[in-house]
Amino acid sequence: MADVILKKIYVKVWRQSSPSDKGRFETYEVENVSQGSSFLEMMDILNEKLVGEGKEPIAFDHDCREGICGMCSLYINGRPHGPDTEITTCQLHMRKFSEGETITVEPWRAGAFPVIKDLIVDRDAFEKILQSGGFVSVNTGGVPDGNAIPVSYEDAEEAMDAAACIGCGACVSACKNSSAMLFVSAKVSHLAKLPQGRVEAKKRARNMVAKMDELGFGGCTNTGACEVECPKAISISNIARLNREYLLAKISE
Amino acid sequence: MSNFITASIGKKFMMSVTGLFLMMFVLVHLSLNLMLIFDDSGDLFNMAAHFMATNPAIRIMEPVLALGFIVHIIWSLIITLQNMKARPVKFAKRDQKNASSWASRNMLILGSLILVFLVVHIMNFFWKMKVSGDPLLTHVHVMQGGTEVAMENAYALVASLFKGSMCYGVLYILGSVLLGLHMTHGFWSAFQTIGFNNTVWRKRLERIATCFAVIVAVGYSIIPLYFMLKF
Repeated sequence: MADVILKKIYVKVWRQSSPSDKGRFETYEVENVSQGSSFLEMMDILNEKLVGEGKEPIAFDHDCREGICGMCSLYINGRPHGPDTEITTCQLHMRKFSEGETITVEPWRAGAFPVIKDLIVDRDAFEKILQSGGFVSVNTGGVPDGNAIPVSYEDAEEAMDAAACIGCGACVSACKNSSAMLFVSAKVSHLAKLPQGRVEAKKRARNMVAKMDELGFGGCTNTGACEVECPKAISISNIARLNREYLLAKISE
Repeated sequence: MSNFITASIGKKFMMSVTGLFLMMFVLVHLSLNLMLIFDDSGDLFNMAAHFMATNPAIRIMEPVLALGFIVHIIWSLIITLQNMKARPVKFAKRDQKNASSWASRNMLILGSLILVFLVVHIMNFFWKMKVSGDPLLTHVHVMQGGTEVAMENAYALVASLFKGSMCYGVLYILGSVLLGLHMTHGFWSAFQTIGFNNTVWRKRLERIATCFAVIVAVGYSIIPLYFMLKF
């Protein structure tokens, strides 16, 4: 099948030279983009052009470009990771856009995710939440014998589904309240469902929620936008579990 | 339990339990109000109103109900203002229509409109019955268990409002629909917040929420419609 070429598209990008800069939108023309190319490849083409013109290229986060690392973070045409479902920005292709279209590209917007440059935001807040309890610190000993610790199939599946979170921050940007509840609930859930994680479950829920609040994320109002935009389709059932874990932890305090 | 009340989940918990309590009140209120349309003499509704005004358990619940409303309203304002602060720079372009329901994103707007309706509603009925009084409320005598009991004619107050003014009828229907919309999200969201939810119950709760919202919106709308159409 012959490749479709977009003869001309317009990319309206957020430009901000430093964290203290006020920032503004700038619109660039990009010509002859194959619909088979990825969105980030289109951004690379645009940057090549900007460098050729002696201009500052657009800074954006990316790493594996395989949809598994959680590094890319663009807010495209009003949606995190762009107009497609269950993908990261690197997996978004230009076939989702049409000839002559103006594509608006913004960084994640949240008080807890300050812009470093252009489209790159500082997601250290997620690391700080993980450092406050997203781990197992009890001694679990050596590798146990097979089936020595029984884990039901359902629990193992739910734990794995929660562990699929790549910490990209799409949930925070999709949320009208900039809440990090989906992220925190995934991190709490994947450990809470397994015996090794159960030991510190209460402390973990308390500390991670306290840290999330302290860092300035908003509260959850259950709109469900996060699970729709999550590239890994993490369910908000995890948020119900986090609420449960947190309330039980608080009652026993 | 230290700092529970200031934590994000603690504040949401307050919204959830007050919301569940208010929803129970809405159901009780609706079941009593429906007596308006089953007896045009008004005796049935007057007896129900008399029971509610004199029963000691209801007398105790009245201030608790007021507190429930106040906490639900004040907490919602605190939570919404804090949530708005969490995003100092807004997105220039936002496409949320497929990701979440309109009601879920606009609970404060729906709630504020319901509050306006509530103020009008209290001035129409509660205020006149409890504080200012009204000539329409002159005592009537109803046979109750073989004896004649004197009670306020609450039926006359309600009936005259809806018979006399089309505007009030429309306002009350609008209020009912807004309340129903508020509950399409509020109902299942309250269960999610107290942790009573998982992938199986999610679907069930959302369906029950829709049914509950329809019952509330339609149930309350029937009353002004009945008076507007029949009289």
